[in-house]
Amino acid sequence: MLDKKQLKKEQIMQSALELFASKGFYSTTIPDIALSLKMSVGNMYNYFKSKDVLAREIIKYISEYLGKKLREINEEDISTKEKTRKIIEEYFKTASLKPEMIDYFLRIYLSNREVFKDGCEGMICVNEFVTEIMIYFEEGVKCKDLREQDFFSAFGLFMGYLGGMVFLKGENVLPKDLNDYVDDITFNIYKALSTE
Amino acid sequence: MKNKMRVLWLSAIACNGNTHAFLNYPYMEQFLDDFEFIYHPVIDSEYSLEDIVSKEIPCDILLIEGAISKEFQRADVSVVDIIEKYSKIVQKIVTVGTCATFGGIFRESGYEETSGMHFDQDKPSQKFQDLIDKTISVSGCPVHPEVLVNTLYAIKKNAALKLDNFLRPKEFYAYTIHNGCTRNEYFEYKVDNHQFGKLEGCMFYDHGCQAPFTHGSCNKILWNEINSKTRAGLSCMGCTEPTFPRQNLFSTKKNMAIPENLPVGVGKRVYLTLAGISKAFKIDRLEKKLIDD
Repeated sequence: MLDKKQLKKEQIMQSALELFASKGFYSTTIPDIALSLKMSVGNMYNYFKSKDVLAREIIKYISEYLGKKLREINEEDISTKEKTRKIIEEYFKTASLKPEMIDYFLRIYLSNREVFKDGCEGMICVNEFVTEIMIYFEEGVKCKDLREQDFFSAFGLFMGYLGGMVFLKGENVLPKDLNDYVDDITFNIYKALSTE
Repeated sequence: MKNKMRVLWLSAIACNGNTHAFLNYPYMEQFLDDFEFIYHPVIDSEYSLEDIVSKEIPCDILLIEGAISKEFQRADVSVVDIIEKYSKIVQKIVTVGTCATFGGIFRESGYEETSGMHFDQDKPSQKFQDLIDKTISVSGCPVHPEVLVNTLYAIKKNAALKLDNFLRPKEFYAYTIHNGCTRNEYFEYKVDNHQFGKLEGCMFYDHGCQAPFTHGSCNKILWNEINSKTRAGLSCMGCTEPTFPRQNLFSTKKNMAIPENLPVGVGKRVYLTLAGISKAFKIDRLEKKLIDD
């Protein structure tokens, strides 16, 4: 029974994500989301009590989705350099297959902090994703592939770079496909973080 | 006359720190009413060290302090030979302190093949294999006198002590030093903000405190019945563990912000999840002195 409810919640989040991406976060209403799923508005509230609650659940959903992918990479017995490449590939793959997810992260979560101030303090709602990035850094330093430094200087370099590239892609500024940049970006990030 | 247990305190390669810590036991009179030292390095005893090595004096418990090497002698006899002789006649052997248990600081003494009695740091030693069933380890640098005395009373009363993998009584070593630490509020909310000697702040995050991954009862059974390192404002140095002494005791080894040693039994993902939640909140009360004059 719980699984069925969870499945429905995920359907709602996915529809909401698509509507947010096409119509914008503030222009999309709960009735719009209900309509897209042929649900009654009243029934929608059984799943999410408000749009703000839905917004917070969505960012957790994205974080869990990406966190799970990164965990699989972290658990592979490969070098830090290979992990770096795989994380970049995975991030760009998600940006291509589920652009609404990365779009939500960059344009809604990071830009509308007032929606997330209660219940998503600090990095609570992106915990799964950040945890895996931390483990990637920690294991890289431990095996002496990566240089010891402040976490945020490394995190900002890595995620800021990837977020910027996806943003440029979303603005149709990039002349090439995201995947065409993987080699150079892997080289740049690894060179910046490594002990070499 | 009261039936006292007869105890031999044998010092191997040691600084006598355990001997001195033992002298702070607050109920010594009662202890000496129940136990008698046939030999002790600083307490008057019936026999001299020469008597101990040249004869076989009846004895119930052998206490060994200090790291052990075949090369090291007492009264011109190898400590290994003294141990072998008395181990045959005693009921129990107790390795007193971290050097006798794991090698400790004196593992670096320069004597050939120096180690603890049954462990060379955390590796089982091949020496004294036949004595494992007789041995109880009470590690610490020095050992807490109450841990030693209570272990001796357990032997006297024939109480079955459950031991951990290093032969330490679980009664005292199943806990961590973190258990009972008065700074736990600061640990919970990840507030280090500590200055040595001051009463506020957790020392785990920056100041090298090893309490969350060190086994012992220092914050449950207080030293001199009043204090512990962490209560007094000094980080736990992990002195009961086979890894003692580590280097850089006053700074926390971290890899990109994650402490290299995490609390015992806590997985990295669990730790990071909890840390992420705690760090999201700033608890003003814990950021400043509690009693601010």
